[in-house]
Amino acid sequence: MSGATRSRKLMKRLHWVDFLIMAVLAAFFLYVWLQIEGKLNYIWRWDQIPNYLFFYDERTERWTANVLIQGLITTIRISIYASILALILGVILGIARTVTNLTVRMLARTYLEFLRNIPPLVVIFIFYFFLSEQLIAAMNIEDWAYGVARQEDNDVWEFFFGDMRRFPSLISGVIVLALFESAFVGEIVRAGIESIGRGQREASRSLGMSWLDETRFVVMPQALRKVLPPLANQFISLIKDSAIISLISVQDLTLKTVDLANSTAMIFEAWLTTAALYFTLCFSLSLFFRRLEARGKSAH
Amino acid sequence: MPVESDSRPIIEIRNLDKFFGAFQALADVSLTVNAGERVVICGPSGSGKSTLIRCVNRLEEHSAGELIVDGVELNDETTNIRAVRMEVGMVFQQFNLFPHLTVLENLTVGPIRVRKISRADAEDRARKFLERVHIPEQADKYPAQLSGGQQQRVAIARSLCMEPRIMLFDEPTSALDPEMINEVLDVMVELAGTGMTMVCVTHEMGFARKVADKMVFMEDGRIVETAPPEQFFENPSSRRCRMFLDQILDH
Repeated sequence: MSGATRSRKLMKRLHWVDFLIMAVLAAFFLYVWLQIEGKLNYIWRWDQIPNYLFFYDERTERWTANVLIQGLITTIRISIYASILALILGVILGIARTVTNLTVRMLARTYLEFLRNIPPLVVIFIFYFFLSEQLIAAMNIEDWAYGVARQEDNDVWEFFFGDMRRFPSLISGVIVLALFESAFVGEIVRAGIESIGRGQREASRSLGMSWLDETRFVVMPQALRKVLPPLANQFISLIKDSAIISLISVQDLTLKTVDLANSTAMIFEAWLTTAALYFTLCFSLSLFFRRLEARGKSAH
Repeated sequence: MPVESDSRPIIEIRNLDKFFGAFQALADVSLTVNAGERVVICGPSGSGKSTLIRCVNRLEEHSAGELIVDGVELNDETTNIRAVRMEVGMVFQQFNLFPHLTVLENLTVGPIRVRKISRADAEDRARKFLERVHIPEQADKYPAQLSGGQQQRVAIARSLCMEPRIMLFDEPTSALDPEMINEVLDVMVELAGTGMTMVCVTHEMGFARKVADKMVFMEDGRIVETAPPEQFFENPSSRRCRMFLDQILDH
């Protein structure tokens, strides 16, 4: 279909009410804008923003990521690692919610209700101070990470974890975020497991399979395939939720933006840019997953 | 496969009771099945026939009484249960094939995981049994790509791949379109010819006449009549059994 016919079709679908709504909205935003222009003494410095994405490093004579992009990369790293960990924990939790053993089921349920009924912020602090800080101290991760940071060729480490001196805080962020998200992943997995008919379990049992074999080879493969779309959505949620770990001083996109806004006073520009970065990341993933899903459906 | 001639009991059911909450599904059921014997259980729906054979591989736990399968008493010992299940194949009304696995994988997953045989041996065995149920060419398809009759034959082959000593059939043709019933019954008749011990819950009386050594009629959780097929069909001793047969043999 050519662009001209497409736009003509679009025009046909628009009703006069649509134009009215658009006109009212435009008038509203214009009014707000004029109010701000008149009263707020703010100098927009959009031209400065690109420098905080990438800058030209005179020393190495290369374009290098600056704070915002560094923060974005940290956010992406943390999201990926936390998702993997959350998936592992979530699968265990989801299975625990469906077993016959009452104690296991109650423990899983308690964990879930704890996470559901306490504000995320409080959960994050509790996990941080009680779990991940202790864990990092106990395992001596800090010394080890500094050791790696001093080494000559630590390119592989840097590729996966960024600045190794920041490794302990990165790992804290990953653990905290994964623990937090695992509850939701667990619920998704549980729904998947429960959607598998009783007949599947009975068939496996009648073949003499153990509970573990039945779960591994019959129930989980089907359950996970069924919940792939909600899991993908949860992954996107996790990226958005990752902003919260800036509060435990993980150098993610949000914390970098806070720093930038504080140090340059470009509050609006910095936050709008960051919003755009999060949006681009999450929305493109959302489109990507939607396409995968559509392809998966047509393949069957 | 050798035809077993000894009449050693392979399933012994003694005074079995089964409750679902307050509802009594089985009441004082006793039945002995000898090795190589073919038993057909019939009766109106809700009479406890399915519950009875599901107790034999402990998909249902009996509430009271004694149940000995292949010399192993079924009780809370999980090792006993698994040992029995390895020797007892079951074919379900709804096939219950694994939809995420190909036909061949459906047939090999049990032998590989439970019997611990190699993949190559399991695949040889699977192809042999697919041949036996007349669908060797469907090995690489997924269950959803097959007709109901083909799926049920795959399910039979899946059970046979475990090389069980007993086969249980729980209304294997009830979910099938009429034109597919015979292809499944044919396979079951052939299986009966190999000397396999079979316990079938079915309303297919033509099949029952052809293969059964013993007919069992159940009603309200009790065994009302047990008789050899000639006597069962020509001259059943209980009135209720006669009424039931009249109803299903009329048309």
